[in-house]
Amino acid sequence: MERILSANWTVSGAHTRPVYEQRGGYQSLRKALSMDGAAIIDEVKRSNLRGRGGAGFPTGIKWGFLPRESDVPKYLAINADEGEPGTFKDRFIMELDPHRLLEGCLIAGWTLGLRAAYIYIRGEMKLGAQRLDAAIDELYAANLLGKRILGRDGFDFDIYVHRGAGAYVCGEETAMIESLEGKAGQPRLKPPFPAVVGLFGCPTVVNNVETIACLPTILERGGDWFAAAGSDKNGGPKLVQISGAVRRPGCYEAPSGVSLRDFIFSDEYGGGMRDGRKLKAVIPGGSSCPPLSADELDVGMDFDQMREKGTMFGTGGVIVIPDDVCLVRMAARTAHFYHHESCGQCTPCREGTGWVAKILDAIEAGHAKREDLDLLLEICDNVEGNTICPLGDAMAMPIRGYLKKFRADFEEHIAHGACRFPAW
Amino acid sequence: MTSSATTELAFSSATEKAFAATLAKYPNPRAALLPTLRLAQEEFGYLSVEAMEYVASRLDLPPSKVFQVATFYTMFFKRPHGRHHLEVCTSVPCCMMGGYEVLRHLRDRLGVEPGDVTPDGRFSYAEAECLAGCGHAPLLQVNSEYHEFLTPEKIDALLDSLE
Repeated sequence: MERILSANWTVSGAHTRPVYEQRGGYQSLRKALSMDGAAIIDEVKRSNLRGRGGAGFPTGIKWGFLPRESDVPKYLAINADEGEPGTFKDRFIMELDPHRLLEGCLIAGWTLGLRAAYIYIRGEMKLGAQRLDAAIDELYAANLLGKRILGRDGFDFDIYVHRGAGAYVCGEETAMIESLEGKAGQPRLKPPFPAVVGLFGCPTVVNNVETIACLPTILERGGDWFAAAGSDKNGGPKLVQISGAVRRPGCYEAPSGVSLRDFIFSDEYGGGMRDGRKLKAVIPGGSSCPPLSADELDVGMDFDQMREKGTMFGTGGVIVIPDDVCLVRMAARTAHFYHHESCGQCTPCREGTGWVAKILDAIEAGHAKREDLDLLLEICDNVEGNTICPLGDAMAMPIRGYLKKFRADFEEHIAHGACRFPAW
Repeated sequence: MTSSATTELAFSSATEKAFAATLAKYPNPRAALLPTLRLAQEEFGYLSVEAMEYVASRLDLPPSKVFQVATFYTMFFKRPHGRHHLEVCTSVPCCMMGGYEVLRHLRDRLGVEPGDVTPDGRFSYAEAECLAGCGHAPLLQVNSEYHEFLTPEKIDALLDSLE
């Protein structure tokens, strides 16, 4: 398969402007500058590009929410706060091919009449931040950023890198905006949506790194080509990640809609189970997605097909769990993560994630009663949908999924009063 | 804020330069709080109450706002840590791929609990939530560098290489 999004990853020096330009970089921007914004939005809509931060919302439609005219500046905020367990694709783009993201920002800036882009990168990703900063300096030196970009009157655009400081919730778009403004990352009530009142009170479009990194290809090859490179309503090639007990864990480029079974077992991707272990469960799109069991792997990896299976494609982070791992412990570890990362402003999430974690710990330790399983489900019901942001849902959905598909594992712990798996 | 006027903390001239560049990125000084806290941490080692008050005075913010932000984010250290602070990922999926074995190995080798500093001041370590390196588990981060596919031998070699 022709690699598009990851084509530069194996090219030495591709994180620098000369190499990126030798390989066709910034030609898509030049093409965009010869088009008007409405025509570019039309290409993006035709491309079936959907937000790759997890929600899968059509990018062209999201852009349409931004007001055309505005008395105040309009901003782009790039969500590079990659923190969903199982997800590590945006880190590769920023470290190995930062100009692809920056070219996408420039195309979005021209298309939507934006003043500047802020790239909100996880604090832990120092190399990515350094590479982006160096690439931005190269662009100012070449009149590809700043005033009158490439001589175009009225096209003034800046890009700034803003490093986070360790908070998963800042991946939620309004928490990210709060954090960019110098505050604790506590999500805002919506409406108003960021497209109307976003960063510094101004209209703001928030897009994921990989989403924006697709724009140069859409401009180069056209929206129709991009749509045809994916599955129904899911355009383009996709960066998918695989971790856990497989022979070839890593980040791979695959057509949207590739079969989950092939992705895990094909030698092109995951390479099958390692050390002769047997597959027990698969989290298909990052830790907030309900697990699939071993007989549910014949499903295409896109937003719609995963939803039909009762789970989510999320960030495309596939986590493969073998049968020598205790699923109760995995559920407990998942609940502890969301409890740790809850921002604390909504009671159902702040308290509920902790209660669920404690009950799961008790089940794992063999101290629980059968009724506790129903109590878990009741708490999940009381968290889900009752909070400002989806962090509580992100705990409730996988926990309910583990209980629904693997209830016997939980009942065994309760019946035996112990866990039969060795300690971690 | 009066207490900051009495503190002896001050940015070095190199940090002053970085601080000015940071301020220029944002339409108001408040937005520069996270990067300024990072500069203060790099300059002063960790964010003591005095360091947070100093940041408040530099950005003309109430200290309470600075305390709130500094305590919200895990990468801001409110107490001293080792010269090399190792963060071990134990999230899903690292938890099932040896993350806790790495943590135990560090405890055995360093003889202190997570969050504490070795008596020589050289090391501290902690359990971290997802470091976005899931495909390379188990892993840890130290001095902003990732060390992946860890084994006890690799960890020992890494510790020996850090002065």
